[in-house]
Amino acid sequence: MSTYLNKFPPHRDDDRAHEHSHHDPGFWRTYIFSTDHKVIGIQYGLGALSFMLFGFFLMLLMRWQMAHPGEPVPVVGWLLEKTLGQVAARGALSADLYNSFGAMHGTIMVFLGVVPLAFAAFGNYVVPLMIGAPDMAFPRVNMASYQCYVLGGIVMLVSFFIPGGAAQAGWTSYSPLATSIPTDGQIFWIIGMALIITSSLLSAVNFIATIIQLRAPGMTWMRLPFFVWAQFVTGFLLLLAFPPLEAAAIMQLMDKVAHTSFFLPTGLAIGGQLANASGGGSPLLWQHLFWFLGHPEVYVLILPAMGIVCEIIANNTRKPIWGYKSLVYSALVVGFLSFLVWAHHMYLTGMGQKIATFFQATTMIISIPSVIILTCLLISLWGGSIRFNTPMLFALGFLPMFGMGGLTGLPLGLAPSDIHLHDTYYVIAHFHYVVAPGTIFALFAGIYYWFPKMTGRKMNEFWGRVHFWCSFVFMNIVFLPMFAQGMKGMLRRMADGGANYSAARVPGAIDTLPNSIMALHTWILWAAMALGLAQIPFIINLFWSIRHGEKVKSDNPWQSTTLEWQTPTPPPHGNFATPPRIYRGPYEYSVPGHATDFFPQNEPPDFVATPEVSTAH
Amino acid sequence: MDIPYTVQPRPDTGVYNAKMGIWLFLASEVMLFGGLFSAYVLLRVGADAWPHGWLNIPLGTANTFVLITSSITTVLAWVSLKNNQFSRFKLFHAITLVCALCFLGIKSFEYRDKFMHYEITLANGKFADGHLIGKSRDFDLAKKTGSVTLHGYEVDQEVDLMDLHRPEARHIQREEITIPAVEIKKMGNYGPWHNTYTAIYFTLTGLHALHVIGGALVIGFLWGPGSRMWKTDPERFTNRVEVSGLFWHFVDLIWIFLFPVLYLL
Amino acid sequence: MNNSMTMNDGRSPEPVHSVRGYLFVYFALLAGTGLTVWASFIPFGSREINIGIALLIAGVKAFLVAGYFMHLISERKMICNVMGFTAFFFLSLMFLTLYAMHDFPPTTVTH
Repeated sequence: MSTYLNKFPPHRDDDRAHEHSHHDPGFWRTYIFSTDHKVIGIQYGLGALSFMLFGFFLMLLMRWQMAHPGEPVPVVGWLLEKTLGQVAARGALSADLYNSFGAMHGTIMVFLGVVPLAFAAFGNYVVPLMIGAPDMAFPRVNMASYQCYVLGGIVMLVSFFIPGGAAQAGWTSYSPLATSIPTDGQIFWIIGMALIITSSLLSAVNFIATIIQLRAPGMTWMRLPFFVWAQFVTGFLLLLAFPPLEAAAIMQLMDKVAHTSFFLPTGLAIGGQLANASGGGSPLLWQHLFWFLGHPEVYVLILPAMGIVCEIIANNTRKPIWGYKSLVYSALVVGFLSFLVWAHHMYLTGMGQKIATFFQATTMIISIPSVIILTCLLISLWGGSIRFNTPMLFALGFLPMFGMGGLTGLPLGLAPSDIHLHDTYYVIAHFHYVVAPGTIFALFAGIYYWFPKMTGRKMNEFWGRVHFWCSFVFMNIVFLPMFAQGMKGMLRRMADGGANYSAARVPGAIDTLPNSIMALHTWILWAAMALGLAQIPFIINLFWSIRHGEKVKSDNPWQSTTLEWQTPTPPPHGNFATPPRIYRGPYEYSVPGHATDFFPQNEPPDFVATPEVSTAH
Repeated sequence: MDIPYTVQPRPDTGVYNAKMGIWLFLASEVMLFGGLFSAYVLLRVGADAWPHGWLNIPLGTANTFVLITSSITTVLAWVSLKNNQFSRFKLFHAITLVCALCFLGIKSFEYRDKFMHYEITLANGKFADGHLIGKSRDFDLAKKTGSVTLHGYEVDQEVDLMDLHRPEARHIQREEITIPAVEIKKMGNYGPWHNTYTAIYFTLTGLHALHVIGGALVIGFLWGPGSRMWKTDPERFTNRVEVSGLFWHFVDLIWIFLFPVLYLL
Repeated sequence: MNNSMTMNDGRSPEPVHSVRGYLFVYFALLAGTGLTVWASFIPFGSREINIGIALLIAGVKAFLVAGYFMHLISERKMICNVMGFTAFFFLSLMFLTLYAMHDFPPTTVTH
């Protein structure tokens, strides 16, 4: 344990500016109940990665079932039966179990995996450093938000083992299905969501207040790294979009537990019998309230990723980002518009033309700033001295993958084509392209990039490249076929993988799923398993490099301009001995006349013959 | 390096950190209650019939006065600290806490009233409605034994129970009715499950009441053990009182909309 | 950034501390409450007018509480902007959802 404290000293004994007394706070306050943003960031990071791995396993089991409906799962089938009982009889997934895996895969990946990693983990660690702050504005609130997250995660995991199983109504939990499923898993889901939402709200308040209040002297708004802007907008999205879902969750809980009828229509029949409820409610109301969050949520998923990619591209092209102002304004506009597009998830609920047109219009408009952001990042590559290290590989991989994901969103955002594609595998392919080879690639890039600042060592380059290339290839093999499946009419959430609608099952019927489409299931299954194997070098690399990675020779091994690299490695408690003073923008690379090809933000100006070429706004 | 602007405001924003934080939090609370208010509007617009006069207006008005009073005492408590008058602060916030308890007391009474109010669907297709006086000792709805006594009246159609503000409703005579269990088809009280109006009423006021309790606990803490900080760091303590006061005013704000929407309209 | 910041320089102007001012707002709020109750019993013909009047009075009371008790009226732009955007998003949620649930194709069956 003492070697740990030596490696990650939260306090520096020789830190004279540190005003508090120097007794060792002990293991628990240093690593478990810490209020230091860096520790909390790492806690979020490790927690989120674990949840993502778990969600990945759920998906593998589901993909097996789709390729081999009703057959026992190899290797782990016996374990499923042992732990889950009847629903996994003979080691095969029953339809109910499949549904619960589907619902929980989505919930866990989005709310316990990607968002905590992208927003809370990276944001907590990097943002205060990038703006020159000693910590977050509210460190104890920060710790509380992490604890809520853990509690929410535990509640979600426990729900698998209660009678009736975990939630089974999709990550979207539509009423009246969610209320009528005879399992308490839905209640656990709601309570878990309430805890996770609380965690996010506390984090959002913290992030926004920190960015507004704790910027170091000279760090004006237009000198902020784009990553900070992205986190700022993301904070607002979480702050304002989550509460209506919390309201809806309370109402759905009341429906389930107090037998109210917020979302239960009059005359509802369940299992052939009239439901014992007053009726008068509206299932559509749930959908509106859910998607009011649901749409900003996807921008929560993508904005931090864009921020990370921006930082890494600037650093590895050794030139300023093209279109910084456009990036900033686009991020703000995306954030604003994201509140006004939600019903494009609801085109098929019987909406009239006027309202559908409104949402279609706002959806088309919001694609403009998204494309501007991607374009700025792409153009930034032009004329750069590109260094192809592992973070840069992932960042470069992000660009075309996000492009594909984004473009395939267009036929979904346009109401007429969405009529054909809604609720099919096309949708699944679209959003996985944006989140999986999109956001998750950016998050991998961020891990490889900031690892040296956290640990003082680099992750292994060779295995990083193996991780990248294998992930890149297999992600595409997993998700590309799904576009074809969706266009052929394969619907989502079918426990048998569409076998009931296949040409093999009902030969001669019109528009069945042809064998070629069904055969893709096998390709996807093998590619998914290969994708899983490809993560093993990453996991080993991550932990091995903490002790045995190549030591960095300076505090700024990537020769970056942003503030987080101008601290000791790892940064001590309080980050900076005195508030840094900022003189220039975040991407002053290759400034003519300057000694090095990077000009850190807090380095005093050159007072020599060459005029200062700083582009301060 | 210590976190700046914990007590002194940041020059360009004009606020100290906690004030920024509480306003951001209040923005999220606006959206939370906004979601519920939207639900209210949608459920009401989509309903065939909407109840009127089911809530006691004098009690609701009293509660409104109570909260408004607690709002001004909250502000005056903070002003007292700004003027260095600690005992006045204690006095004003004591009144705030008394108001909070008063509000919760009246609310509890109203809730209980709803739970004692029953609507019974009779076997002959009519409806009996009234407050429960008592059940006979052998009363069992499933076994159809015993009887229940209400202080209320009978109507032919359920929709007659909705609008208690209509002119005919003034002539309703409430008296003691005893109904044997054999004649009862369905029996339920005016809890959240009764219809969407009671559902949204209990949810909105319940969530609001939770916020009242939370706010009262924080103000109570600052009034009691937390007030020790006045001696060691008066400015920081004053800020804490201000921040908790802002939350309390928000709670009052929500009630300003809840009262007319649920009680009067 | 200007380094020569004094305590009051650039800060929001100190909010009104006068007890009289607060008492004035207090009585205005009480009066507003009485007015709301009284107005709700006046038959204006259509329910919409009653709703409109009640919300209008509530809005004025809310403005008084937010502006004077919560000092929004003397607060900097940043916070007013945040609350402004919040109000806008809340109203969008409510009105767009309301509109969405009442705009459907002509042949839809409604009970």
